[in-house]
Amino acid sequence: MEAVSQQIPLEHFLVLSAILFSIGVYGVLTRRNAVLILMSVELMLNAASINMVAFAAYTSPEAFTGIIFAIFIITIAAAEVGLGLAIILRIFRNRGTANVDEVDTLKW
Amino acid sequence: MTVAQLIFYLIAALAVGGALGVVLVRNTVYAALFLILALLAVAGVYILLASEFLALVQILIYAGAITVLLLFALMLTRAGDLPETMVGAQWPFAGVASLTLMGLLIATVATSDWPGDADGTITRIPFEQVGEALFRQWAVPFEIASVVLLIALIGAIVLARDDDPEAEESE
Repeated sequence: MEAVSQQIPLEHFLVLSAILFSIGVYGVLTRRNAVLILMSVELMLNAASINMVAFAAYTSPEAFTGIIFAIFIITIAAAEVGLGLAIILRIFRNRGTANVDEVDTLKW
Repeated sequence: MTVAQLIFYLIAALAVGGALGVVLVRNTVYAALFLILALLAVAGVYILLASEFLALVQILIYAGAITVLLLFALMLTRAGDLPETMVGAQWPFAGVASLTLMGLLIATVATSDWPGDADGTITRIPFEQVGEALFRQWAVPFEIASVVLLIALIGAIVLARDDDPEAEESE
């Protein structure tokens, strides 16, 4: 294992991850199209992934759990996007809209 | 400021700009393109963290396959045609909530004692070791991930197929 860089402190990556996660949270809460909400969820997953890989590279390179975690995050995100989009397509076929405000038959 | 820090700020600006574009623009296809920009910038962050293979996987799967899938879904749900409210009425509260969350996270990051603080050295992990570890220590999550992908594939096919020909075929 070789040392690569000594110039970027760890906190820079963590702050970037926090900013991306907060932007993703704003997107999930604000957007009304279901596919756009999925995109914001992808942003949050990527932010968590940056966190994992940063910790693996900086603090525990011998047991690189962070990189393994990032690989699994990418895998599960791919599965989730596929299934989520299938559900959205089905909802669009049944209701004619992908707007989450108009899919409210379960509301009281 | 060293070159590495400059490159990091550039890539971070691209990532944050892409993310802001995803959550703020009015056009849905533009939001998907901004997502591609954000995901490519995250791949750049992985390269800065000395895991180039993970950056390539990110580009292939995230910026490649997942965004194409999202664009297909946008096309099939007529996201460009149907008039709809792009932003819900609760956006001030959402803005306050996300800003509070960001403040909390950044405060935690800034006031905590991280173990990698002393020298700030990034260690490159040779990916042959990661590959070996995936099949040895992490074999069980690996197999479970493949089962999850299989279930997602079957589920997506079952959910998204047409029902009408089935009504004639089933006896």
